[in-house]
Amino acid sequence: MRKLLEGSRAVAEAVRLCRPQVVAAYPITPQTHIIEHLAQHVADGELEAEFINAESEFGAASIVLGSVIGGARAFTATASQGLLLMTEVLYNIAGMRLPVVMVCANRAVGAPINIFSDHQDSMALRDAGWIQLYVESNQEAADSMILAYRIAEACELPVMVCMDGFFLTHTFEPVALPTQDAVDDYLPTYHFARTLNPTQPMTLGGGSEPDNYQEFRKAQFDAMESAQTVIEAFEAEFHEQFGRSYGGLVQGYRLEGATTVLLGMGSMMGAVRDIVDKLRDQGQAVGALRLRCFRPFPKDTLIEYLKTAQHIIVLEKAFSIGAGGIIATELRAALHLVGITTPVKSVIGGLGGRDLTPEVIETIFQESTADGCINDGFAPEHIPQDEFDSGQKRHG
Amino acid sequence: MTNKKQQHFHEIRFHGRGGQGAVSAAALLALAAFEDGSESQAFPKFGSERRGAPVEAYVRISDTVIRVHNQVYKPDAIIIQDATLLHSQAVLQGLKNDGLIVLNSEKQANDFEQRSIDNFRWVCIPASRIGQKLLGRPLPNTVLLGALSACSGWVSCMALELAVANHLASKGEAIVKANIDAIREGYRLGTMVNDSEKDKVVS
Repeated sequence: MRKLLEGSRAVAEAVRLCRPQVVAAYPITPQTHIIEHLAQHVADGELEAEFINAESEFGAASIVLGSVIGGARAFTATASQGLLLMTEVLYNIAGMRLPVVMVCANRAVGAPINIFSDHQDSMALRDAGWIQLYVESNQEAADSMILAYRIAEACELPVMVCMDGFFLTHTFEPVALPTQDAVDDYLPTYHFARTLNPTQPMTLGGGSEPDNYQEFRKAQFDAMESAQTVIEAFEAEFHEQFGRSYGGLVQGYRLEGATTVLLGMGSMMGAVRDIVDKLRDQGQAVGALRLRCFRPFPKDTLIEYLKTAQHIIVLEKAFSIGAGGIIATELRAALHLVGITTPVKSVIGGLGGRDLTPEVIETIFQESTADGCINDGFAPEHIPQDEFDSGQKRHG
Repeated sequence: MTNKKQQHFHEIRFHGRGGQGAVSAAALLALAAFEDGSESQAFPKFGSERRGAPVEAYVRISDTVIRVHNQVYKPDAIIIQDATLLHSQAVLQGLKNDGLIVLNSEKQANDFEQRSIDNFRWVCIPASRIGQKLLGRPLPNTVLLGALSACSGWVSCMALELAVANHLASKGEAIVKANIDAIREGYRLGTMVNDSEKDKVVS
């Protein structure tokens, strides 16, 4: 049965259904409601877990690291500066191959300080060795929690579910929550094979010399590559059991015969699909491709979806200062490897919470197609259009 | 973005002050619309909230699944919890032609200087006074929602009552009942405004 739930609440309910035994976090906007709801569940006896209010995000990440090594299923959530403060620990979690699941409630990074949403925080962690899934709706956010534990535990890789702060975390929308039985069925009790045990002493994350460090890193890389098929397989299984699907690694929209394709991630893609519908109604051959799994970067799948496009626009809510759009750069490299020279235009937008309105997205479509997708740039600023007489812009 | 196929797609913006419950009122409206079988969405204007400072919240109600997660720029209706906001804020900005304004005020629509400059439909409801009487505090929300129901038809009065019963259940029966009375009183006053507008058309 569907209920109207705030995004943070939907995620907290889904996490509860996954039965984590440890929840550790430090509050930060716009993530805080997720942890508040989970704390309430623990206090009310609806979730049998140790809830630990950490002294910092560094502490919270360290607690979930230790908890998983101790044999628990663990959860944390953060955003922005909090995610960056976790950075060192997140690399360690990935290096130790621990199946930690966390939510990043995507928020801009300071300075200047900004509590609103973009993707700069999680994108900065792209090389840390975490699987990153970017969700579009609250339903997908909730479902992805269940999927994330399944993937993490099968691959022994940590998973970060990235949901846009405010646009999703603070929005009430209809969400269907699965039953506990169905989740238990899909996500069985987990035993971490390398749980520390005094009767069989071993260590995790110990020293590594030049003669084997690179092999550890390569093993991580290989596990990430293999995770692509695991994600697709578990998503297919999820679809079979729960009736909902998000396309696995990427989700295409009206791509048949599309000569111009707009690619992006997260909650803005609903507006993109509305604009695709509008332009299709006008006879324009446009489509959209939502990159759901950014790490591992699904090169082959992207090539498959994009090989017949003539213009590719990448709308990105983060970028590498001094280099440019991150997704576009990686996509160009992937296409280059198979000899595809389709122009890929990077458009940076939606930074620090600036709303990528349908009008802005439509303008990006039109301008990019007109210039042949050769010039990278920034999204035009949105100025809300009054439907008033021009002389009556502001009332009151 | 409104899809052409949609028969029923409405965007509502709430204006209040921190502490008046604009965000809760928006959630309540979305919950009620969802009870009615519509798709709905509610969210605050993104940012930090402070008691007394101007606050906005938004609702979308639709026949079909709502995909957009943008803020609302061109609402079909505006609910104003505190009429003093009309003096300091651009509360009417973006309101569609013939848009509906449900205003918490003891005054009449003609008392407002903005009255003359548009085709908006003004519904003035003394919601704080009714809230004081029924709820013991000058809380205007459920009264205004009742009036919105009567004047827009986008959400049923019964669904609002159901949403209040579910949403406020933890606050106890007395509070639920008082709020249901407030919805009904708002609905009654909204219906009176409808009737008076009809009379005007006839005469």
